[in-house]
Amino acid sequence: MAELNTGDGGGGKGGKVRSKKQNSKVDLTAMVDLAFLLITFFMLTTSLSKPQSMDLSLPDKDDDPTKNKDIKVDENRTMTVILGENNKMIYYMGLLASPIAGPKDITYGKDGIRREVLKRKKSVLEYSAALGKPKNGIIVIIKPTKKSTYRNLVDMLDEMAIAGVDTYAIVPEFTPEETNLIDKK
Amino acid sequence: MAKIKMKKKSTSTDMTAMCDVAFLLLTFFILTATAKVPEALPVDMPSSTVQSKLPDSDLAIITIGKGDDGKSKVFFDIKGREIRKRTLEGMGAKFGVTFSEDDKTKFALMDDFGVPVTNLKQIIDMKASDRVKANQPGIPIDSLDNQLKEWLLVARRASIDIDDKELQIAIKGDAKEQYPQIKKIMDILQDQKINSFNLVTGMRGKDF
Repeated sequence: MAELNTGDGGGGKGGKVRSKKQNSKVDLTAMVDLAFLLITFFMLTTSLSKPQSMDLSLPDKDDDPTKNKDIKVDENRTMTVILGENNKMIYYMGLLASPIAGPKDITYGKDGIRREVLKRKKSVLEYSAALGKPKNGIIVIIKPTKKSTYRNLVDMLDEMAIAGVDTYAIVPEFTPEETNLIDKK
Repeated sequence: MAKIKMKKKSTSTDMTAMCDVAFLLLTFFILTATAKVPEALPVDMPSSTVQSKLPDSDLAIITIGKGDDGKSKVFFDIKGREIRKRTLEGMGAKFGVTFSEDDKTKFALMDDFGVPVTNLKQIIDMKASDRVKANQPGIPIDSLDNQLKEWLLVARRASIDIDDKELQIAIKGDAKEQYPQIKKIMDILQDQKINSFNLVTGMRGKDF
């Protein structure tokens, strides 16, 4: 006899359809991994994106030359640093006409100017202590030439911060002797 | 004899709580993070060992750098939306340019710009991505047309009006910029009796 086969033809046990019990647990490991990766990323980028800044205070400027007073300082305490082009630097102690040290070329960084500044700072303190004024530290005069870059200036200011020199001045004025000194290089 | 059956321990731990914590933190960091927008004038800042951070508000940043054509340009940026709005109003009044309310809202959400005031409207109307490509000429700082000075004056006044605080000024210079350019900016600041300001720098260790 011809029979049309429809489905399983009641072959099931008792006809009760049992749905397979699904496991309600999902593996969250990958999700947690991803979440922590993103957390790390955001943590690092937020704290690093804030730029550093360096405080710089300049003395009052007055266009009226009669109000500008020349302040006399002991030349034994002054160190003059001339920032030249191509990351060059010349320094001398005291007056250029009768320098205590230099004028000499020196490099940036810990083996160059930093060692010198620290050494001079110490010797000036000893000199001041001998005079009975132990609080008079070194005075550094930074003279950036027209060819020096902003990086040179910031590097030099940074050296001042590292060496702990409190008294320094940025003076972009040059005596003829100093100009000669730069041009010779 | 009965066999002792070891209970099979499941190796998978319940990750739900950990996942919750992770996403909570993630949400926190996403919300607090300030999105870094591309700068109109990218500069390579010199680095220093100084650790102090820039303030978040009441701050004006003067960016000095070289554009694609090798010329030095000056850009200006103010932090704080209310101060920006007030500054734009003041500048509009000073230079006879009218800015609509829509312009002001857009300007408040902008970043740094470097155009003369008369062209500022075009920059405001641009999309953020176009502003970067716009090749802005920089703010005029000549003695004849010193708009940077005006921006500073108006911004400082706005800061005092709104927050009752003196505006902090930061200079963000390119490391390769020559000293006279920086000096020019410092002179403009000093002419207004701003003798104390910040230099924005990158970070480095003490041992360089």
